[in-house]
Amino acid sequence: MLNFFLLILIYSGIYALMALGQNVITGYGGMLSLTQAGFFAIGSYATAILSTRFGFSFWATLPPAALLSALCGLLIGLPTLRLKGDYLAIATLGFGEIVRNVLNNWDSLTRGPMGIQKIPMPTIFGFVINPYTKYSFLVMVVIFVAIAYVLFQRLARSRMGRALAAIREDEIAAEAMGINITKYKVYAFILGASVAGIAGSLQAVFTLSVTPGTYTFMVSVMVLCMVVLGGMGNFKASILGAFIIQLISYFPQLTGLTSVIPPQFKQILFGLILVVMMIWRPQGLLGREEIRYGNEEGEKA
Amino acid sequence: MGIAEFFQHLTNGLTLGGIYALIALGYTMVYGILKFINFAHGDVLMVGSYAGLFIYNALRGDASLGPWVLIAFFLAMLASMVISALLGVTIERVAYKPLRKATRLAPLLSAIGVSFILSNSAAWAFGTNSKKFHYPFDNTPFVFKGVVITPHQILILSVSLVMMVILKIFVDRTRMGKAMRATSLDQQTAMLMGINVDRVISLTFSIGSALAAVGGILIALDFKVYATMGTMTGLKAFVAAVFGGIGNITGAMVGGILLGILETFGVAIFGIPSGLKDTIAFGVLIIILLVKPAGLLGKDEKEKV
Repeated sequence: MLNFFLLILIYSGIYALMALGQNVITGYGGMLSLTQAGFFAIGSYATAILSTRFGFSFWATLPPAALLSALCGLLIGLPTLRLKGDYLAIATLGFGEIVRNVLNNWDSLTRGPMGIQKIPMPTIFGFVINPYTKYSFLVMVVIFVAIAYVLFQRLARSRMGRALAAIREDEIAAEAMGINITKYKVYAFILGASVAGIAGSLQAVFTLSVTPGTYTFMVSVMVLCMVVLGGMGNFKASILGAFIIQLISYFPQLTGLTSVIPPQFKQILFGLILVVMMIWRPQGLLGREEIRYGNEEGEKA
Repeated sequence: MGIAEFFQHLTNGLTLGGIYALIALGYTMVYGILKFINFAHGDVLMVGSYAGLFIYNALRGDASLGPWVLIAFFLAMLASMVISALLGVTIERVAYKPLRKATRLAPLLSAIGVSFILSNSAAWAFGTNSKKFHYPFDNTPFVFKGVVITPHQILILSVSLVMMVILKIFVDRTRMGKAMRATSLDQQTAMLMGINVDRVISLTFSIGSALAAVGGILIALDFKVYATMGTMTGLKAFVAAVFGGIGNITGAMVGGILLGILETFGVAIFGIPSGLKDTIAFGVLIIILLVKPAGLLGKDEKEKV
């Protein structure tokens, strides 16, 4: 039971990284991306291939994983983010499917549906971070989430965070204020993509094997759910959302009701969460984190 | 490539494109009026196909091929159009209407939720195995001047042509069609002119969903019925809508047919492995967005403040 709870915590952490990235894109930038699963897959496969074929250590695979995801993000982001409307949503939806398609078909590199096994465990100063015993792995995941959280918190208060908020509220007004809309949108999108890539690397060394079947559209929807449930534009909320959604998705196993609850239960629930939250509580459980500038009684614009 | 081979690919492309066009119409009509992508459209198609399949099987019973089976097929298609239309309208009422004044993101997220609910409920209720939709006629292909044509392809071409002509006449010539065009131009002004915008929106959803059901059934004859059948088909149909110019009804028809032709020729001529066939639509989307984002028949619109 304790072991199981640790597993949920680790997955919460891995997904929290993706949710933080999604939050930058959707919560701050107001863009709908549906492909965290695609970047997640790219990160996982980068780590898996580099460490099994080329003998990279886990740490050395992190920069390529993040860079590769960012590069793919740039490829989708550049054509779609220059435009008004929601082309990004469809382009990313398609991208996720295509990543899975490629992973399934590029046998010489990804070994197709069989996936890649025997990924070496990460080590640090000679200490092996063994995913089976979970404690050390959980610590590593928590450190990753903490670093990402602090970075994103800083980012939200930076020039870029304010530019993104302005774009989200009113693109035309933001443009009139001299903000380069496309530049900041693409930055946010790339950033979200690379964090998902890192999450993918962690996933690869946690399960020690990768198969294309893991990286379905459901993963993207789960991540979206985490952000929506917690509250868009609030990084703490994304982490909370990640935990709640993971708890829900392992609810049948936790309660031992796997035979009673149909396997589609959680997906239907995720769908319901999205609809219900949008109608009754669009700001999410915790609500948007308002950033105050200047002194408390500062004049209102 | 010989002439016969060329026409062979063209026929295959046209039939595939006809289906894309039918489905693309639903996306483009909703986008034209509400300015948002109805992600649940593909799943309405899936529900329509299941409804059509069950009704068809019930009506057909054990009857062997003959006129009655064909009538049963068309009755099932009509019934599934009605069911899908009702479903489309219900979805709009429950999940989108409360969000009309919300942020731009809200209806999109809600639509994804609806899509997820529909596809997973279907997987739960009907199982994850795909179900065969038997041809209501003898589908033995015949050869016409060296081109192999199946009766199924003729069915697709004629049904989609009839549907598109009816829709075009409805939108261009009738009062209600005029109201639809007005609403898509400017919702508030349309309202001031006494148009019942809510009714127009409901109508748009019902027409789009009914057409999706037809597309779904036509495609199911070849590719079976399953819970996630709407995802890829819907995605491609959306690309077709963008290709032709989103919001433009003629554009959706043209885009759908062109996309179908591009896909068949892409596999046949450029030797794109059929495992990556789905990638073609995506490539088309990216190129269109780079070169002519308004689509083939769309007009560039400057947003006014």
